[in-house]
Amino acid sequence: MNKVCSLDQALGRVNPGDTVMVGGFGVPGTPFTLLDGLLKGGVNELTVIKNEANEDHMGISKLVEAGLVRKMITTHLGLNKTVIGMMNRGEVEVEFYPQGILAEKIRAGGAGLFGLLTDIGMDTELLSSTKQTMWFEGRELIVESALKGDVALLHAAKADRFGNLVYAKSAKNFNPVMATAATTVIAEVEELVEIGDLDPEHVHTPGAFVDHVVLLEELSEEYGILEHHII
Amino acid sequence: MSTISYKEKIAARAAREISEGKVVNFGIGIPTLIAKFLPPEVQFFVHAENGVLGMGGRCPRGREDRNLIDAGGAYVELVPGASFSDSSVSFAMIRGGRLDVAFLGALEVSGKGDLANWIIPGKYAPGIGGAMEVAQKARRLVVVTNHNDRADNPKIVEECTLPLTGKACVDLIITEIAVMQPTRRGLLLLEIAEGVELEEVRQRTGTELLLPPEGPGRF
Repeated sequence: MNKVCSLDQALGRVNPGDTVMVGGFGVPGTPFTLLDGLLKGGVNELTVIKNEANEDHMGISKLVEAGLVRKMITTHLGLNKTVIGMMNRGEVEVEFYPQGILAEKIRAGGAGLFGLLTDIGMDTELLSSTKQTMWFEGRELIVESALKGDVALLHAAKADRFGNLVYAKSAKNFNPVMATAATTVIAEVEELVEIGDLDPEHVHTPGAFVDHVVLLEELSEEYGILEHHII
Repeated sequence: MSTISYKEKIAARAAREISEGKVVNFGIGIPTLIAKFLPPEVQFFVHAENGVLGMGGRCPRGREDRNLIDAGGAYVELVPGASFSDSSVSFAMIRGGRLDVAFLGALEVSGKGDLANWIIPGKYAPGIGGAMEVAQKARRLVVVTNHNDRADNPKIVEECTLPLTGKACVDLIITEIAVMQPTRRGLLLLEIAEGVELEEVRQRTGTELLLPPEGPGRF
């Protein structure tokens, strides 16, 4: 059993027009190396599902700026003026969801469900008027469809060769739900251990969900501390 | 008053809404200043949408951990008893009613407790983020905001004109000049800042103010 492969082998599974789920919330958990690989490969017409677009000229933002992303399904772009500008000029289509609802849509997709019902957004006509609603148990609720990806790109702190994953601190975020919700799941990892070396109590994503593991040779600057967020 | 002292006045008053053992969420802006006004012996747990429960203050320079940020990207510390979760579980805490009190900023807030803080169509539309779920589902929602906007228009209004974040969701409004409680009958003026007259609060507020029988207190 060995799911470890090269970056190029793993990214060979991503095709033009694919829906790609990308883990991360800010820097923690964002698979910068996989994203740089995609950028280099020039695979285009992508639909990207990610919490936010990273900050200007980082991570997924570079793919959007290069015109490789047709549509973003996301929650908030407040820290990325470049992508907001592109959205306002119609250069990239953006679909916003409340953050936890995006997580649940993905979780539903991963759990083999077809959708969910929620009252989040019912208070704002701007949102509810664009949604399918239904009466259920005496109240009107928004129907949200489940989300699935062709590919999920994840970042984990540690993995074994079966693909069991361990995330670090706030780098978990969207990675565990996305791991369940895509046809092909690729995890870049900072450390690789042998099967049996991870304590079963500490595995966050069971290896059954993971198809390919890419060991990071080194961490690029993007993974580091961002000077402008330091006090 | 300088801008800083405005904000600190609001944050200091807001800190009194937090007590021992509470699970608390701070939105961006003024809410991030609140924690430093709490005495160190009060043990409470700060929730961040990106999956941290039990955040301490911002990290002193040199101690940053690249894997540990708050929802705004700032490097933070942890308090004893902290935990991490994924985004789904983090929002289950929110929508499941496990946030005891949340503090959010406002673009507009009405006397009935409607809140608008996520979009100005055509001008400001960065997305929804976590605000809508926090506004609708926190057990207690405190709005902390300047009383008026930069053009001196009231932020506290009869009816919100902007798209809502949540309807009748605000339990308390704290500004630099007043503390107010939305009720079904209208907006109740609970407290006025030291050195401010009732008339000034009335003039700067876009909806009628009700007074408690004993009169407003001071803060």
